[in-house]
Amino acid sequence: MERDTAAVVCLRGTPVSPGLARGRLVVLADESPLPSRERGSVDQESSRMHAAIASASAELVALMERAGDAEAQAILAFQVAMLADPVVTEPAFAAFEAGAAAEQAWRDAMDLQIREYHEADDLYFRARASDLRDMRDRVLRKLGGADAIAIAPGSIVVAADLPPSRFLEIAWDGGGVALTHGSPNSHVAMLARARGVPMLIGIEQADLRGHTEALIDTDNAMLVVSPDSRLAVDFASRQQRAGIARAEAERYVNAPAIAASGERVQLLINVADGSELERLDPACCDGIGLVRTELILRNAADLADEEKQYLAYCCILRWAAGRPVTIRTLDAGGDKPITGYTIEREPNPFLGMRGLRLSLLHPGVLTTQLRALARAAARGPLKVMVPMVTSPRELDRARALLDSAVRGLRKEGVEHAVPELGMMVEVPAAALAIDLFDADFLSIGANDLIAYLTASSRDSSRLAPLHDPLQPAVLRLIHDVVEHASAHRIPVSLCGDMASDERCVPALLDVGLRSISVAPVSVARVKSAIARHRVATPKGAPFA
Amino acid sequence: MTSERMKAGLPRARSRAVLTHAGGLHARPAIKLTQVAKRFESAVWIALAEQGPWIDAKSIARVMATKTPYMATLYFDAEGGDAAEAASALARLVESDFTDDGNGA
Repeated sequence: MERDTAAVVCLRGTPVSPGLARGRLVVLADESPLPSRERGSVDQESSRMHAAIASASAELVALMERAGDAEAQAILAFQVAMLADPVVTEPAFAAFEAGAAAEQAWRDAMDLQIREYHEADDLYFRARASDLRDMRDRVLRKLGGADAIAIAPGSIVVAADLPPSRFLEIAWDGGGVALTHGSPNSHVAMLARARGVPMLIGIEQADLRGHTEALIDTDNAMLVVSPDSRLAVDFASRQQRAGIARAEAERYVNAPAIAASGERVQLLINVADGSELERLDPACCDGIGLVRTELILRNAADLADEEKQYLAYCCILRWAAGRPVTIRTLDAGGDKPITGYTIEREPNPFLGMRGLRLSLLHPGVLTTQLRALARAAARGPLKVMVPMVTSPRELDRARALLDSAVRGLRKEGVEHAVPELGMMVEVPAAALAIDLFDADFLSIGANDLIAYLTASSRDSSRLAPLHDPLQPAVLRLIHDVVEHASAHRIPVSLCGDMASDERCVPALLDVGLRSISVAPVSVARVKSAIARHRVATPKGAPFA
Repeated sequence: MTSERMKAGLPRARSRAVLTHAGGLHARPAIKLTQVAKRFESAVWIALAEQGPWIDAKSIARVMATKTPYMATLYFDAEGGDAAEAASALARLVESDFTDDGNGA
């Protein structure tokens, strides 16, 4: 058999939907060439095209009814709506007049529109090019009278790109997808995530003729073709363990975080610009522990736009539906430059003007943000947090600016509330002298704190042993901050990679933390890690 | 479209709303918008600025091509017998983050 003779091929890729899959290898060829055919009259070509569009539409509608979930239906509805829009189809019909055959006219007209999407700056719109290609090809198949080749259930499908409607036609049943092209924002990636189908994109090109079996292993970002028996056995046992872990995590996703010893832990999520909340149920968390406003304030115009900021914060508060939301003021600098705002060509940006240091250099920009935040605070439980605080004086200056922003709003008669002002604890100087700071709450920024404390960057794998979050220096410092907070009833929380690391969660609870903020994708896993741990410290710090 | 917009004597109504849909005017909200626009006999246009350029709110291709980002202001202009209803229905749809499509949703 071929499988026994074919050598193992490992192809690297980027996981966009996690999981482990194993099955028969199916390599899909790129688009087929147009069949050459005698061109008919304008009327004949035109009616061929009408019939092909109608039949493609009918197929998509049938697929929509079968799909049964809103996500898939919306994707297919977009194609159905585009096919019904004369703006989309008219150019193809116009091309008949110029003497084109239906196939060529349709392809040319669609390619022009696909290119417009493909060249968009916005990743979402760029990814729609794939939906349009899907629609183009379905109509082309109808014109040629051919149907797509059937794919057996549970296959590992390798292709350049996989159109969403093709994805929905396949019975995955434990199979997976590996694409040489593809985008994490594509509809097919969203569908794969929603349905738990493991998927890699950007895999290396290779000639896979003669191979019949493959594994997709997103833990190792790898497509393994013709695995040998050792790889296959190891894979099967990992698949089994992953299945148990996933089932367990699902149990926890919308349940409160409670340790095995009974302590209630406040589990918050980190948010970038609020757009990721669209697909998230607020019931999965106790609130938002960190909104990074760098993605809301991308350029100089945004920095001056109080109304836009206000509406963005209100949107996030509306999603949180009464749960606390902590918004961090602009944390630019370091690796996050903004033209005209951050300092150019700093010799050492991570030790330079960043976070609050930069905000205090531009008090007008900070005031605009604080006004927007104080106005939004009237709409829900919003708290303000400042990043990169080093000395107590910096926090005092931030508070003075907040006070004056609030006074301004009061004078103007603008609806507002006075938000609590807290600080990020990420500079060792601040952590070591935490008793000197007048903060309403604390949030330990573990990533920067560890980097500054150990004088080692996270980016270098050689430094990984020095960067260990569980080393005594890190845990002692976190312990001291938490102890101070507990003694003075100051709410304290922790964000950073450490909070979503299952190895670290027990240690964080043991030093007394009862509130952590994690990426939305880690919520279930962290809750399950909390539920397995018996906490060593009977009394914890107050919630954030 | 210019000639269409020159029709005199028909009722005309304008409205506006801020797009608070996370991520911008994506396929799903864009489809809803064109569906609501198509319910009216009036011609309905949409723009990202008060001065235009105005595009046909009943065409999904045109509406998607605006690539309207999150937090942008959408302007509506309707012309026809039910212009006032059309303009207010579209503003309501956007303001409600695409939950109020006038079908009692």
